[in-house]
Amino acid sequence: MAENTTLFDYLNLFWFTVLPYIALFTFFLVTIQRYRGKGFTYSSLSSQFLENKVHFWAMVPFHYGILVVLGGHILGFLLPNQLLLWNSNPMRLYILEISGFVGGVFTLVGLINIIIRRLTDARTKMVTSAADWIVISVLLFQICTGLYTAIFHSWGSSWFAASMAPYLWSIVKFNPTIAYVTPLPLMVKLHIIGAFSIITLFPFTRLVHALVVPNPYLWRKRQVVRWHWDRKKIRTPEFKINK
Amino acid sequence: MDVRSQISMVFHLDKCIGCHTCSIACKNIWTDRKGTEYMWWNNVETKPGTGYPTRWEDQEKYKGGWEKLNGSIRLRSTGKSRIIPNIFHHPHQPGMDDYYEPWTYKYDELFTAPEGNDQPTARPISMVTGKYIDIEAGPNWDDDLSGSPVYAANDPNLKGLTEEQKMQLSAIERLVFFYFPRICNHCLNPSCVASCPSGALHKRGEDGIVLVDQERCRGWRSCIPACPYKKTYYNWQTGKSEKCILCFPRIETGQAPACFHSCVGRIRYLGVLLYDADKIEDVANLPSDELIDAHRDMILNPHDPEVIKAAKANGVHDSIIKSAQKSPVYKFVKEWGIALPPHIEYRTLPMLFYVPPMLPVMTSMDGNAKKNMCEGLFPDFEKSRVPMEFLANLFSGGNTGKVRYTLKKQMAVRQYRRAVTVGDIDMEAAKKMLVAADSSVEEAEGIYNLTSLCTFEERFVIPPANREEAIQMMQDPLEHKQSVGFGLLEDPERGA
Repeated sequence: MAENTTLFDYLNLFWFTVLPYIALFTFFLVTIQRYRGKGFTYSSLSSQFLENKVHFWAMVPFHYGILVVLGGHILGFLLPNQLLLWNSNPMRLYILEISGFVGGVFTLVGLINIIIRRLTDARTKMVTSAADWIVISVLLFQICTGLYTAIFHSWGSSWFAASMAPYLWSIVKFNPTIAYVTPLPLMVKLHIIGAFSIITLFPFTRLVHALVVPNPYLWRKRQVVRWHWDRKKIRTPEFKINK
Repeated sequence: MDVRSQISMVFHLDKCIGCHTCSIACKNIWTDRKGTEYMWWNNVETKPGTGYPTRWEDQEKYKGGWEKLNGSIRLRSTGKSRIIPNIFHHPHQPGMDDYYEPWTYKYDELFTAPEGNDQPTARPISMVTGKYIDIEAGPNWDDDLSGSPVYAANDPNLKGLTEEQKMQLSAIERLVFFYFPRICNHCLNPSCVASCPSGALHKRGEDGIVLVDQERCRGWRSCIPACPYKKTYYNWQTGKSEKCILCFPRIETGQAPACFHSCVGRIRYLGVLLYDADKIEDVANLPSDELIDAHRDMILNPHDPEVIKAAKANGVHDSIIKSAQKSPVYKFVKEWGIALPPHIEYRTLPMLFYVPPMLPVMTSMDGNAKKNMCEGLFPDFEKSRVPMEFLANLFSGGNTGKVRYTLKKQMAVRQYRRAVTVGDIDMEAAKKMLVAADSSVEEAEGIYNLTSLCTFEERFVIPPANREEAIQMMQDPLEHKQSVGFGLLEDPERGA
């Protein structure tokens, strides 16, 4: 650091270098440890059973919305150049931007319904923990900053590829370069900080259910039979059949 | 031939007195924990009635079981093709109000109420929210309420009955009902297992008990709409599904399951059946009217040397084959053919069988004289109070012939035994009835013995668990009582 380092620089260093690594290490260590030691607690913790109507209007828009939004972010991270190429045609850029925005709005609508449901339904309240409220608050913050960015700092799908993707890759490569993010507007910075906060909180909250989505189900046999003994060993010797 | 063993059950409905002792025994052992208060792994229903959860047999609403589609079967609710759209919100999942909101009473108000002119009362409070509630439903809310326009008239099994038959069922002084105790059927083609995205639900290979692996369950809840009998339940506290475990910790230690053990009417039988697992898929796919026979054909004769040989080759322990040869379930289902599976049309191939009740009143009073409604040897089952169609909807997928067969045989056994003990019936006529009912003196004695004189050991022929061979069965069942009970090695603590 140069001699004229300001407090602002230290803050940038913390939010965009230290926090990401805290987030990533916590994420990997705690999710694995929790899965091994307290695997029982990995559950969707669904409350559909307790309240079956608002649940639809909360869960469906929220999950579909967040899948679109997250998918867009991951795409920008993994294939920045291809994304820029795609966006070279304004029509395609509009399509991408609008679908991302609609996804964000769906997420927000879903989350608002989640909040309403958890505040108003007496039974659902009983299974709402402090951790749930923390998750909901951070998600709300994240969606609001994200939607703000989408409106006021538009064409994010392009500038994400130019500034965010290299920044994220610099973190992955253990060579954090915050120069990519320091010039970004405040709301975008808040959005980045929010993202790493969510990753930090992730392993301690119900969000872990996203890690145990049932992908083998689609490829497995329909019925599941478990044997607790060795089917051959159980045979008593005198009845052994020679094939 | 893939011979496997299955612990199987017969409920003799003619003996059920509807006392709910089974339900209470089960509740006290397994479902007195938070989040399970509303669950009744064993419950007793009054039929005709709506049951628990309300109208569980209405698959238009709950979409349970399998349906035939383009020559093969698929889950009526959420199978592989619909797991992605449905995982966030299952459109057919019953909510708590389809069961009931569990409650207790605020007993301390009896002590803290101020002095007054009235008796203090303990008001009901919800066991979910802790707030005062008005109780509107319970697990046996239609108990004994046959003939009622709210409950009996809404029984889904009345489908296909004529208006006259329905009227007859609710007519004053003619109304009739019987009890229908239910537990998990531990099916051969369980739709709950097939619907479980996490692979937590599974059938134990050794004895066919269907279980939820609590460690693997992730609360995706597909099993709840998928089970047509509504015998998988969602624990709203732990976020996991739970179901009847056929008291496997008891079975493994040679004890009958709690609901069986406590049965006052001694209606329950438990024993091993050997079956051909190769046939499961084909049988589940057959046309509805062939299901009953094909299902029965899957069950193999444990005395047949070929079957024994195949069973041994397949790793079925000798002790289990021996146990299968003494199985009372085999006798009721296969030898005598008087026990039928519930709702075979759901295609899950249930392994719990019911002896249909001899409800039909065979005589009526004409003035002071007993009028026998007989045509030929047998009473006219068509004129019985419970329409054959109703019983057939329950026990044979609408095939009245199957139900009539079991009733005819039971009737013939009764007449024969009456000829033996009372002697007011001509023995020759009784024997003719036996022959006409596809039975014999020998078989009649067998049915009579196992129905009326059966001892504990005859009713429950529990196969040895061979625990020394089974790693997972080595755990001490009592160690986990109350805390969890079914194989968990950590506290069932709700995740954050």
